[in-house]
Amino acid sequence: MTNRTNAGTRVARAAVTWLLLLSVMIAGSPASAELLIRITEGADSAIPVAVVPFSESGAMPSGDRISSIVRDDLTMTGEFRPLQPEKMLSLPSKGDEVYFRDWRLLGQRYVLVGQLTRKGDRIEARYELFDVNREERVMGATASASVNNPRSLAHHISDRVYEAITGVPGAFSTKLAYITLERSGGESLYRLQVSDVDGKRARVRLESDEPILSPAWSPDAKKLAYVSFETGKPAIYIHELSSGNRTRVADFPGLNSAPAFSPDGRSLLMTLSKDGNAEIYKMDIQSRTLKRLTNHWSIDTEPAYDHTGEGFFFTSDRSGGPQIYHKASYDAEPRRITFGSRYNARPRPDNEGKYVYYVHQRDRAFHIARTDLRTEEETVLTRTESDESPSVAPNGRMLIYATKQSGNSVLTVIAADGGAAYSLPASKGDVREPAWSPIAR
Amino acid sequence: MKITAPQKALALVFSLGLIAGCSSTGDTTEGGMAGSDVSAVDQDGGSTVYGGDDEGGVSSSDMTEEQRRAAEERAERAEAEAMRDITTFYFDFDTAEIKPEAREVLVAHARYLQANPGQDVRIEGHADERGTKEYNLALGERRANAVQRFLIVNGASRGQTETISYGEEKPAVMGSSESAWAQNRRVELVFQ
Repeated sequence: MTNRTNAGTRVARAAVTWLLLLSVMIAGSPASAELLIRITEGADSAIPVAVVPFSESGAMPSGDRISSIVRDDLTMTGEFRPLQPEKMLSLPSKGDEVYFRDWRLLGQRYVLVGQLTRKGDRIEARYELFDVNREERVMGATASASVNNPRSLAHHISDRVYEAITGVPGAFSTKLAYITLERSGGESLYRLQVSDVDGKRARVRLESDEPILSPAWSPDAKKLAYVSFETGKPAIYIHELSSGNRTRVADFPGLNSAPAFSPDGRSLLMTLSKDGNAEIYKMDIQSRTLKRLTNHWSIDTEPAYDHTGEGFFFTSDRSGGPQIYHKASYDAEPRRITFGSRYNARPRPDNEGKYVYYVHQRDRAFHIARTDLRTEEETVLTRTESDESPSVAPNGRMLIYATKQSGNSVLTVIAADGGAAYSLPASKGDVREPAWSPIAR
Repeated sequence: MKITAPQKALALVFSLGLIAGCSSTGDTTEGGMAGSDVSAVDQDGGSTVYGGDDEGGVSSSDMTEEQRRAAEERAERAEAEAMRDITTFYFDFDTAEIKPEAREVLVAHARYLQANPGQDVRIEGHADERGTKEYNLALGERRANAVQRFLIVNGASRGQTETISYGEEKPAVMGSSESAWAQNRRVELVFQ
């Protein structure tokens, strides 16, 4: 009886909602509350590095200090353990002021020093990195940015320092796209947002009371493709971030979901069910021509190009439950990748063809796991449960995913091998479906 | 006047009660007598009782039968109508199999659609929050398609139906418990 009554009420409400006009707001809306970083865990092997506060000449923007942003950037990778400035014995700002003995005494491996100079409406940074054990200068460079943009300058310096020490490009200047969802009463508010990787400078790009899903970056990091239900049914849009211009590229009967750009940016993989059930298609963005890439009665979805750009990974339940498959080319036979449990879905490969990351069910929990594509060895990377939506940093060193924390969905970043972690809890509601941008070119 | 869901549900209770009452009236008379036969009356006495009962039934049997049939038809109609009040159908995890208890109700919906060709229905498929969002969109669609096929096989026309999947985006119940998940793995019929 209870079910019947509820069902009746629910249907009545659904009908009313259906009649309400959708409010879709595009770019230019006020910045939303920023995500807060909370570092939950650091790796034991973290490298001690001293980022000395940079000297300043001329008026600097108030608020963010460039050297503190660099320090935070390095900390959040879990690969570094920056020294607190209070513990420093001296505050050098250029090479001839660095006394290696002091830094060795403090157990530091690297020292970063720098000077900031105001030049018109720009800030110029001259910075140098030293190896304490070898007593040598590892790198020195200058960079400048608009006075309104100190965070970009700081992230650029972090990228260079990270690369000088690890040999791998940093990903601090990249962006995160994600969806936030606030529910109150019977109403939902979905927002597509883009922020720095540390959660700062978040901006709302699209707002709707109907679902927004599956944001995916173009390889030049200038556009996002996503699914929006703003017309009452799912359609795929391409959204140019600088202008806010949007194009609806797929609006077929049934599912229009899971868009993924090709590495050359010319085509989109997507899931459509216009021919009966969920199948994967390639759309040429310019001509809108479609090529069907799967043909099976089962669900085929969640496509992602591999690093070659010729093949792709996808989820299929052709074996009875969802598993990860790979097609080496559009016409190749699909090869099953996962066997470790009965539910493995939403593959996201790295840029080098080494690993594929995905959602993995073990016992009753959903974790993020990865499979080494050469050895076929599977590693479960997370201890959290209800984990979803893994997205790999473009340098392959970090991974962001969504998980549950006291009932809310939050974003968590971990080292790609499962080490250190930090979380980005939203101030309100759920944060979900993170997509880590490529390195902008 | 608009009949609300609770009123319809009440009507269902009443109509089910009526059917039960009708059939049990006859049963109780016979069954009750037979029951008391066993304990207190010998075989002969028992047959006398039965004969008397049959005799009494002869004069009024046509009327009773007619009335009973009319009542039954009314009850069936009320039951079908009340059944159509059920518009949500539940599924097991990662399946799109229509449960046996849903079949009778869906048949009632299909017959109604067949009898009312001007009536359209939107079939909304949903999944629980577990697993991935895009797979769940496809799973919600598979559930909606299963219900659509069932309605068509049982008399609805394809043109009356439209399917949409919301995946895990529109839960009926918030929360991460087994019970919330069970209530969220569903297909809802929305008559338009």
